[in-house]
Amino acid sequence: MIVSRKIILHFPKDMVEQPLVSRLAKDFDLEFNILKASVTPNEEGIMHLAIKGEKGNYSKGVEYLTKAGVKVQQMGQEIKRNDDRCTHCGLCVSVCPTPALVIDKKTREVVFDSGHCVACEMCVRVCPVKAMEIRF
Amino acid sequence: MAKTYAEINEKIKKGQAVIVTAEEIIDIVEDKGIKKAAQEVDVVTTGTFGPMCSSGAFLNFGHTQPRIKIGGGHAYLNNVPAYAGLAAVDVYIGATAIPDDDPRNKVYPGEFEYGGGHVIEELVAGKDVRLEVSSYGTDCYPRRKLETLVNIKDINEAVLFSPRNAYQNYNCAVNLAERIIYTYMGVLQPNLGNATFCSAAQLSPLLNDPLYRTIGIGTKIFLGGGTGFVAWHGTQHNPAVKRKDNETPQAGAGTLAVIGDLKQMKPAWLRGSSFLGYGATLTVGIGVPIPILDEEICRNTAVRNRDIWTQVVDYGKNYPNNIAGSLGEVNYEQLFNGEIEVQGKKLAATPLSSYAKAREIAGILKTWIKKGEFTLTEPVQTLPGLESGATVKSLRERPIKQSKSERRD
Repeated sequence: MIVSRKIILHFPKDMVEQPLVSRLAKDFDLEFNILKASVTPNEEGIMHLAIKGEKGNYSKGVEYLTKAGVKVQQMGQEIKRNDDRCTHCGLCVSVCPTPALVIDKKTREVVFDSGHCVACEMCVRVCPVKAMEIRF
Repeated sequence: MAKTYAEINEKIKKGQAVIVTAEEIIDIVEDKGIKKAAQEVDVVTTGTFGPMCSSGAFLNFGHTQPRIKIGGGHAYLNNVPAYAGLAAVDVYIGATAIPDDDPRNKVYPGEFEYGGGHVIEELVAGKDVRLEVSSYGTDCYPRRKLETLVNIKDINEAVLFSPRNAYQNYNCAVNLAERIIYTYMGVLQPNLGNATFCSAAQLSPLLNDPLYRTIGIGTKIFLGGGTGFVAWHGTQHNPAVKRKDNETPQAGAGTLAVIGDLKQMKPAWLRGSSFLGYGATLTVGIGVPIPILDEEICRNTAVRNRDIWTQVVDYGKNYPNNIAGSLGEVNYEQLFNGEIEVQGKKLAATPLSSYAKAREIAGILKTWIKKGEFTLTEPVQTLPGLESGATVKSLRERPIKQSKSERRD
């Protein structure tokens, strides 16, 4: 079974220089797309990845990274919507780079599908009523 | 077959009135024809829920012991400056006011996390708000400093009074510049990267009564979750814009000044809002009932999104420089479908006024009237219409020449 997941990798500062991520493709036959990265020596590195591949390979790949000392976090748990605050104005839809935030044509409500969210945080910045929250 | 306000109100009191929303009337007119629809339907309810910067509230706190004269001094509510140029304990808190120490756009784009709109939302929510006053002291008002918590339930009056709300139509915003811009119309990507718009269109109050036949001074309305009234025509009221055959204006036109008791209102319908790089404001819910007095009024309420048009305006260069001009005309069916074409380029269109909430407001107002809790009021005076000659002018700047006695070295 093919799975697609979005994960956030936290690299301890001493590991930033090791070529770990490339091995996901080489050794585990996983496709990956780097959504966001800030990797600087002497600091923790953070990388947001969209990964696609055989389910077994995905598990092995994540296990490999974890064993190597990388903290692997599932993304999509990161951005949450406070439904009590959301007014469904639609402003977030204009900045969302994925189909994670769309307007339902029938109800005219903004639907948040965290499965598509790449945690770019643009919605958090523009939401006029601060309904989009970052949760760790 | 014309109806009167009195006849409709009689039916409302007897529970016999037929009330539908501005969306529902569309299908009714389609199915039954205009004549029958106008006979059967008594009231059409409208709604809108969007950011409205020209909003604010008058507050009277009651006198202190010893007395203080806020008038001529300085007043802050949760650090947000309130207008203090009134009598001793009256202030006006405006939606866009921000704390003196807010970084504004110094770190661009600024976040404008808290402003007057947020103070109003918190007051309405029943939260304590910090009042800080400094003044100069007089024989009759000796006190110079005041720091206290205040609560809406304890103060004498809290009156929402907004000089310009419920715009009849609004621009569709795009950006022709080569950099991203942060505006009151949201974030606009460079080189026609996206479009935003802000109207409840077929649900919007003044688009359902395009020539102001029923909405006028004294019209009772849904305001911020409570009841309020149309107080006057709003500032920049501009009936003289170009109109389609169905009388709807093809750009921003009429506006309403509204007033109502803030104490009855609800925070869900008065929301403090922050626009990235622009400022703080208040998102306001307004709903207006339209009595179906005749067929013409009925026809106007059956207007559809596809029959309401607006202008595409460049906020990159033209708008900031106050250069008139449209890049094209689009209708709200296209806008709500999410894509328009400008200068041969297809671009995504997204709203910033909540259609879902506008629909909810029209529904609430319908329920209020059905229950007999809300009856209709006949305007004591109509709003300036096409015949009034009212237009909106830009400011003509004139140099200030200082006289010798005014000159200081």
